Amino acid sequence: MTTPVEVDQSPRTAEASMTRPSRASAVSRLLRWESLLVLVLVVLIVGGARVSPVFATAQNFSNLTVATMEVGIMAMPMTLIIIAGEIDLSVESMLGLASAVLGFLWAAGVSLWIAIPVVLLMGAAGGLLNGLLVTRAGLPSLVVTLGTLALFRGLASVVLGPRAISNFPGEFTAFGFGNVPGTPVPWPLVVFVVLALALGTVLHLTWPGREVFAIGKNASAARYSGVRVARLKTCLFVLSGAVAAGAGIILTSRLSSARADAGQGLTLAVVTAVLLGGVDIFGGSGTLPGVVLAVFTLAILQNALRLADVSTQLQSIAVGLLLIVSVVVPHVVIRIRGGSR
Amino acid sequence: MRRSLSIALALVAVLGVGLAPSASAQPALNVAFLPKQVNNPYFDVAAKGGMRAAGELGGQFKQVGPSEATGAAQVPFIQDLTTQNVGAIVVSAADPDAIAPALKAARQAGIKVVGYDSSPAEGAYDVFVNQADTQGIGQGLVQMACDEAPNCAGDIAVLSATSTATNQNAWIDVMKQTLMQPQYAGLNLVDVVYGNDDDQTSQQQAQALLQSHPNLQVIVSPTTVGIAAAAKVLEDTGSAGTVQLTGLGTPNSLRAYVKDGTIKEFALWNVENLGYLAYYVAAKLISGDIKGNPGETFSVPTLGDYTIGENSVVVLGPPQVFTADNIDQFNF
Repeated sequence: MTTPVEVDQSPRTAEASMTRPSRASAVSRLLRWESLLVLVLVVLIVGGARVSPVFATAQNFSNLTVATMEVGIMAMPMTLIIIAGEIDLSVESMLGLASAVLGFLWAAGVSLWIAIPVVLLMGAAGGLLNGLLVTRAGLPSLVVTLGTLALFRGLASVVLGPRAISNFPGEFTAFGFGNVPGTPVPWPLVVFVVLALALGTVLHLTWPGREVFAIGKNASAARYSGVRVARLKTCLFVLSGAVAAGAGIILTSRLSSARADAGQGLTLAVVTAVLLGGVDIFGGSGTLPGVVLAVFTLAILQNALRLADVSTQLQSIAVGLLLIVSVVVPHVVIRIRGGSR
Repeated sequence: MRRSLSIALALVAVLGVGLAPSASAQPALNVAFLPKQVNNPYFDVAAKGGMRAAGELGGQFKQVGPSEATGAAQVPFIQDLTTQNVGAIVVSAADPDAIAPALKAARQAGIKVVGYDSSPAEGAYDVFVNQADTQGIGQGLVQMACDEAPNCAGDIAVLSATSTATNQNAWIDVMKQTLMQPQYAGLNLVDVVYGNDDDQTSQQQAQALLQSHPNLQVIVSPTTVGIAAAAKVLEDTGSAGTVQLTGLGTPNSLRAYVKDGTIKEFALWNVENLGYLAYYVAAKLISGDIKGNPGETFSVPTLGDYTIGENSVVVLGPPQVFTADNIDQFNF
């Protein structure tokens, strides 16, 4: 597997300063993180099948998948952004704004063939705003996207107000709620897989992907070695905005309901999936397959707990513990190892 | 270290599933309540009624639901209950349209769907158990104002929730129509103000009512937040004896004011009976006693006879009136 350390194999000497002493261990750590997630997944699936006879059915997997796809889809660009050392907290509000604008346009008689591209472009524009504020104005992305988190949600409320638009055509809602004909595969899963394959390829197999890692490890070193940091980061925010808008379209379709408050609270679920996937919150390391595994781990955990009639409070405790362990343990491990050398 | 890391993660996973009881054989009558939100006292009282009905019928009762009241959060629960093949889902819709596709899928799978408290979209339920019809509430509010005003005459004002609140606006419209009837000719509705279901705003609006209408006889507040706020203002300003207060509220939030005489009577539908009736309706749908068609009749122990109305709606009955004499029988 291609890993971040390959950046160091470039002839650019400045990057040599970025190398960490434990290259090999970083590689093995990441690989091990993914195999751990696979282990957890297996435990969950075995446990799920034990607690409920309906757990291991195609219909159930279809249900649990479709319920998490908006989070999974938004987690894909978020992975790249966090690896690049930034964060985009505004995704849930962009999702809500996309839902509101889509509903508004449809209620105003605009064809969905026009409305959907308009909404996606609007998402890209919102992402561009985030990106420019971060890279040109030099503001921390945490602050910028906290601002646009409120801004986009506010705009959504202005556009649609408290009403819900729900008279969408059947073909549109079948996309979000239905399966690929003849299979138990929900349509949103197809979108997720395509997006994961595309971004996974870019991140792990192409030069821009390596630059993303380089920026996350040390942005100034990357800049001095010729990486166009600002442009790349802006691209990532634009992608995140457009994908969040796409997730908004999918949620609107799945619920056949456009609302300004759609997706409230999803940003935390997205960041949870990315961190559980083994991505370093400080940037510079992580893998996209890890995040894909984490998305399914979280979905299966919640589904199994629901099927076992575990109370909602205990469910959030389980998810919270999983996240804390996933964030804390790697750092503890590194510290212990560092101390033992 | 690697091993301990693996063990730690595996433990969390096992902890998660280990807490769960093993699935047991399901009895014939298996009804799940899905409120807008769990840990909400209102729905917990309704659940008590559902549990009481389950006990009487020898059925199974469970309540599941999200921690935030959104349609999107309710959908996975509906889908999981469908996979679990429960007999009926009794649901309060946080978003009537958003949960409709999932409920329709549940109905296609043979599961009965009963709405309570807040109706799902039409076509997504078999029967909706409505806590109170708009006419009944609006007329009841006017009657209580009439009871409180000396000789059923004088100025009255309404302290409502938000200006866009669907229920409250519908009730106020009925109040206005009812006030045109000859027996209420002495009552004069002078003002409708909005406290936005916010404690502080409601108190300010109640205070403003007292100042701008010196001859005010009765404040009617058809919202639980508003009536409690108005009660506090009447008590603080010493107007409790001269200005009367009535409306809709919960016994627990108004008990003290009823005991000290600030409020003589107020009303609300009986929330526990709402859950009780909803469970019975679900059981009768499962057994095939009723199909959910308008015109069908059935009876429920302690509550009486019911007829399914237009749009498959069943109305719980007239609101419960609470006074100093009966308030201690209610705990919600």
